[in-house]
Amino acid sequence: MSENIQSSEKKKIKLSPQVTALLLALLLFLASGLLPNGFNSAETAINQAFNILRLSSFLALIAAGQTLVIISGGEGIDLSAGAIVTIAVLFTYKFIGGDNAMVLPVLLFVIAMGAAVGLINGLGIAYLKIPPFVMTLGMAGVVTGALLVITRGLYDGKVAPIMTNVIARDLVWGIPGMLFLWIIFGVLMTILLKRTRYGKQLFAIGVNRLTSRLSGVRVDMMVVATYSIAGALAAFAGFILVGWLQNAGLLVGNQYLFPSIAAVAIGGTLLSGGKGSYFGTMAGAIVIQLITSLLTTMQLPEAIQQIIYGLILITLLIIYGREKGLRL
Amino acid sequence: MDNKFVLREWWSNFNRKNTYVLSLVIFLLTTAAYLILQPNAFEEGVLTRLLTSNFRTWLPVIMLAIGQTIVMLGGGLDLSSGALVSLGNVILAISITSNEEPLFNFMIILGVIAIGLIAGFFNGFLTAYMGLQPMITTFATSFVYSGLALLILPNPWGNIPREYTKMYRNTTWLGIPLALFIIAAILLTWQVIKNRKYGRFLFAVGGKPDAAYYTGIRVTRIRISTYMISGFLASLAAIIYTLLTGSGSATSGAEMTLTAITAAILGGTSMAGGSGSLFGSVLGVIILGTIKNLISLSKMDSWYRVLVNATVIIAALASPGIISLFRRKK
Repeated sequence: MSENIQSSEKKKIKLSPQVTALLLALLLFLASGLLPNGFNSAETAINQAFNILRLSSFLALIAAGQTLVIISGGEGIDLSAGAIVTIAVLFTYKFIGGDNAMVLPVLLFVIAMGAAVGLINGLGIAYLKIPPFVMTLGMAGVVTGALLVITRGLYDGKVAPIMTNVIARDLVWGIPGMLFLWIIFGVLMTILLKRTRYGKQLFAIGVNRLTSRLSGVRVDMMVVATYSIAGALAAFAGFILVGWLQNAGLLVGNQYLFPSIAAVAIGGTLLSGGKGSYFGTMAGAIVIQLITSLLTTMQLPEAIQQIIYGLILITLLIIYGREKGLRL
Repeated sequence: MDNKFVLREWWSNFNRKNTYVLSLVIFLLTTAAYLILQPNAFEEGVLTRLLTSNFRTWLPVIMLAIGQTIVMLGGGLDLSSGALVSLGNVILAISITSNEEPLFNFMIILGVIAIGLIAGFFNGFLTAYMGLQPMITTFATSFVYSGLALLILPNPWGNIPREYTKMYRNTTWLGIPLALFIIAAILLTWQVIKNRKYGRFLFAVGGKPDAAYYTGIRVTRIRISTYMISGFLASLAAIIYTLLTGSGSATSGAEMTLTAITAAILGGTSMAGGSGSLFGSVLGVIILGTIKNLISLSKMDSWYRVLVNATVIIAALASPGIISLFRRKK
């Protein structure tokens, strides 16, 4: 009896994960102001906020494809996203060579390449029944291996000025151009998920593949399409990322891989599939980025940072990452 | 005609019960290739030396793969086992510096095993009892464990007594290295456990958790125990790894986790739970190790090695799917 009352009370104060994540982000941001080397005036606070939002946007872009793959269910995960980001960063850096005219062709080329890697992922998963975890892990190895063969550890290039202006600099009223890009991207992703046939079918196969197949969804095709789109989105994220980094590296994408999965999970997307939103991933990315920035600002040793990062992640998951138990 | 049907029925049953069959075939192929390419493999004493040097390096990953398989059989995933190897490795490296105090060293080893069990319980508590997603949760706990390892030993260091490392590296009996005896002992123990209550319950929990729950199996307890076994085996892996290298590093286990998972899948264990075998996972590690050996024997341009290695692994993972695709067409 008392348990019942408790659970109903719990329901009343239960917020949606996205809102919780945003509130948490706000709280973390205010907390960062209390640090000795945090912000001490409104102006620096706003600058800081924009900076963190900009950093979050790269993480959220990389997490976009991950969101789709995870919603598609079937233990869906894309561990090749980091490697695709890396190869996109390197190719963009190498082929653009500081030329504005090359931006569009290179963008298309990079996206096509990402989609091709994703296509192989999807084919292996849908038709050869390889578990997504190891298939995408293997493809990450293949992409990294191809990168080593192509570059032999050496790379050179330059980012186009237009990319620097839009992505790295402020566009209007001191707001980074990247933020506008991110908002447009977020709206497009949300439309894709909520308003298109693809989105509806994606949630359907995430909840139950068998019933979706019986109601006429071509599940295998959907899986292949989802992994291809995820690959393309990861490549797009790499293209944008290089505009901010102004440099490339042979491992630059890998550090974003697991934070991007964490962002998806914290944003309320079920890792078992069928439920989630890109808005949640955006909020999750802000939270993850804030934690990282906070730990860096506190100038703690690397070891302590890792421990706190892990503990915060666990706490967040406990707060709202719980799945329904067996006792219904 | 009838005979053929019976044979096919028997074969498909055999396959379902022995998920490792395909990995056994790949194992035989890769090992045969290795032995052919290896010059003078069949001369006196060479085979023993090859067995010793290979299995002593593979043993830590084999331990992890076995632990991972048990977690996966119960329907979970443990991404923190590699970090636990690092943690155990650094604790052993800073504590065990002389062989004059065997009792103290023994206590340290017990301590490392206890840490593995506690960490495993923590993983199991979070995933099975609290109902958190295994993948992201054990990834988060891996940060805690590897952070602790880095805190204990920021820079690689260690001075394990040579008597200890020698004992592990070079002990052979009837031409068979120590590592193989350890593997055999674990597999035999599992063979006993598998057909008893715990083993049956484990497969039930991984296969159909709700049905297992309704028949009165303590699903949560079984699941927590799988993570504890994984933590225990990660501690053993840490001890073995320390004996192998004679020193400690905070990142020593980092790369082992994903290798162990790949090996388990290669060995026919299902990520969804309820199906698989420890023997298959051991074969999986051996296959992955042999592929690496083959690549280095082939004297291939070193820039191509990562690519070839990954491609061969994907091909091996794809082989069951390719076979069933052909069957469907017939």
